[in-house]
Amino acid sequence: MSAAHVPLATTRSATGIPTGRLAVWWVLASEIVIFGGLLAAYVMFRLHHPHWHAEASHTNTWAGGFNTVVLLTSSLFAVLAHQAALRGDGPRAARLLYATIGGAAIFLLVKAFEWSTEISHGFTLFRDTFWSFYYTATGLHGVHVVVGMILMTLIAADARRDRNLHRVELIGTYWHFVDAVWIFLFPLFYIAR
Amino acid sequence: MSHDTAAHAAAHGSVWRRWVFSTDHKVIGCQYLFTGMAMAVIGGLMSYVFRMQLAWPDAPVPGYGVVSPGEYNALVTNHGSIMIFWVAMPVLIAALGNFLIPLMIGCDDMVFPRLNRLSYQIFLLSALVLLGSLAVPGGGFGGAWTSYPPLSAKGAYNLTPYGAPLWLVAVALEFVAFLLGGINFVTTVMNARAPGMKASYIPMVVWMIIIASILFMASVGPLVAGAVMLLFDQILGTRFFDPAGGGDPLLWQHLFWFFGHPEVYVVLLPAMGIVAEIITVFSRKKLFAYNTVLLTAAGTGVLSFLVWAHHQFVAGIDPRMAHLFTVTTLLISIPIAEMTFVFIATLYGGSITFPTPMLFALAFIAEFLIGGVTGIFLGSSGTDIYLHDTYFVLAHFHYTFFPIAIIATFAALYFWFPKMFGRMMNDTLGKIHFWGTVIPFNFIFIPLFITGMGGDHRRIYSYENFPMQMTPFLQELRIVATVSLVILLLFQVVFLFNFFWSLFRGPKAPANPWRANTLEWTAPSPPPHGNFATMPSVYRGPYEYSVPGRADDYWPQHVAN
Amino acid sequence: MSESNAAHGAHETNYVRIYGILLALFVISVLGPTLGIEAVTLITAFGLAVVKATMVAGYFMHLNVEKRYIWYILLAMLVFILVLFAGVAPDVMKSSGQNWRDASGFVPPTPPVHH
Repeated sequence: MSAAHVPLATTRSATGIPTGRLAVWWVLASEIVIFGGLLAAYVMFRLHHPHWHAEASHTNTWAGGFNTVVLLTSSLFAVLAHQAALRGDGPRAARLLYATIGGAAIFLLVKAFEWSTEISHGFTLFRDTFWSFYYTATGLHGVHVVVGMILMTLIAADARRDRNLHRVELIGTYWHFVDAVWIFLFPLFYIAR
Repeated sequence: MSHDTAAHAAAHGSVWRRWVFSTDHKVIGCQYLFTGMAMAVIGGLMSYVFRMQLAWPDAPVPGYGVVSPGEYNALVTNHGSIMIFWVAMPVLIAALGNFLIPLMIGCDDMVFPRLNRLSYQIFLLSALVLLGSLAVPGGGFGGAWTSYPPLSAKGAYNLTPYGAPLWLVAVALEFVAFLLGGINFVTTVMNARAPGMKASYIPMVVWMIIIASILFMASVGPLVAGAVMLLFDQILGTRFFDPAGGGDPLLWQHLFWFFGHPEVYVVLLPAMGIVAEIITVFSRKKLFAYNTVLLTAAGTGVLSFLVWAHHQFVAGIDPRMAHLFTVTTLLISIPIAEMTFVFIATLYGGSITFPTPMLFALAFIAEFLIGGVTGIFLGSSGTDIYLHDTYFVLAHFHYTFFPIAIIATFAALYFWFPKMFGRMMNDTLGKIHFWGTVIPFNFIFIPLFITGMGGDHRRIYSYENFPMQMTPFLQELRIVATVSLVILLLFQVVFLFNFFWSLFRGPKAPANPWRANTLEWTAPSPPPHGNFATMPSVYRGPYEYSVPGRADDYWPQHVAN
Repeated sequence: MSESNAAHGAHETNYVRIYGILLALFVISVLGPTLGIEAVTLITAFGLAVVKATMVAGYFMHLNVEKRYIWYILLAMLVFILVLFAGVAPDVMKSSGQNWRDASGFVPPTPPVHH
């Protein structure tokens, strides 16, 4: 049916939590087990293979650390965008979301630099299972970053015209989760060696 | 079709838009139902082909031809995958969940109708990818629905370099569809209930679908990660599951069964919910111990996360863990047995009638009981070492999955058909179909318990290569099973005729043909877009049957007094 | 929007401060491992990761003012992952020295060791 048609169901809130936010929590719950399963497998292997310490020393801690700061900063922008949306200031929320997208873009550029350097030095996906995990985990996280950027672009375009402002909070919650995943990936793949 | 629906449809354009790209939860439910039924026909015919090969090895199968070993493996693998992922899940959870949840909780649609439509579209895509995987060079994947590496990880081992990755992609897409659908279901029930519907007023089938959706969501995550890893092993050449490359094939088994065992309860619980709805209606009695059923379902859900390694007793797992998993596995029979007792207690002293849905519901309890009891032997690591991967295991899980995916589904279809399509099904044909399904079912799998105990391994293409297994006695049992299967499949024609004939020619159904309490029966049959003329409020629980001092023996949830 | 969103507003001024604390924790987590003491590495890298993630969830995702049971849902998912780890680790982390290997005399190929 037409996009404008909103069922009564969507507007109900028996829990007191708005439906969109509730759904985001369930999305994140299902994401926790996806990343959790991958990282649990990685940790087991890591503890089982002492030589992975040597492999891990070839990841670029500075690039990873810089990216941590980038993501934390973009999270701040996202939460400030939510704050602006709460005040009903759509254009400001949109600008802050664009800043968040900028952070995501920087993150991906640094990631591209890291990956290309590592691959050109022979640390490819196939060198060792450590690197398979490294590329799979950071790649899966990177896919989430890209998805976040796309959604934020759409939501910011709406917010600029003061439409669907409640979505600013929802994408922010997702974005903080992406940030939180990186907070764990960083020590797991970059610091611990 | 009611006047309202017709008017609404006219307002919303083409048939295409109404039936293919609709966001109406009932249409999406029917899309899931018909896709699931089509896949059930395909999966059923696959079992016909490989059972014929087992009964009469190397003879041409009528309608198919000679079955090659590779085809046999692909048929077995895809029969299992289809019946679980493309029949049980879509019909029991997605079709019934979509159709029933908004109607039963008294709202007009799912909270995210377009997400719902996307969920079905991804599901349809997954089904097409799976069917496509049977036609690629090398044929369909033949490494069993469990897809254990190293066999599944390398085209050089499984000889299906295209079939194996496509199978995995299809399964992964199916997971995505059900994650989207599950989030929608859970959010809908949490937020969109009719005014007055407390948690303890929610019909049991809705609770069960919700618990199942949460179980699915919580258990599938590691396997999604595992599927990505296996796909990389298959198509890129990483070595996550290859010991020679520092990986571990046991890891896949764990990731798979960490999902795979809760999955059993993901499909079992909705079936239990269906049975609860039907036996209360047809025994005109309140569900015995509503809270107990709910708590045991939740307990089953939690316990189901602690039992998965009983599938791996012979895989070389740590024997101390095998002890632990034996204990947890045997423990999980307690809540399930409790639920069965609750259903029997519900029947006790009721005014029982036996229309077709009730027969199927009762058959579910009886047949599932056999599946549950034979599971005790497999949950104990000692006996499992002998019985593992024999036809005993196969017969056991068919005694659980057949009641779940087929018998309970038929119960639900016969029960809710009037609501779904506005017409009644023929009860006599229904009863013929019932006996034609349940009797042959037992004649398929009881012989297979015996061949299993006789040592028949599950994944053998032709027992002619194993003289000790090729005794006339065992072969006769195999033939009995195959002939029974053919009879069972033929009786499904009765169902299909009844279904499609009633769809167009059946007598018109009243709004509440079974005199039931739950909210879906207050809407017209079939409900128009938007479901209710006036949105109902809820005043009591769903099972107030035969309440003393009332003229009627039922007391619908939406009636104020 | 709901009441809880109004409550979110009360935290407005804190975001930049939270961000500052997160950055400080980040610096510690990077500097900690340079000492080369394993216990310190574990605490600074992983202990602080938990603290940081909890702060992000609590303040940025507003779980501090969200309904309690959302915490429980998310934590239940983490518990399931711990169960997975506990059940799988005994196998995956101890693949050497099991009886079946000795009894059969089968020697698996040694994994390639780098460095």
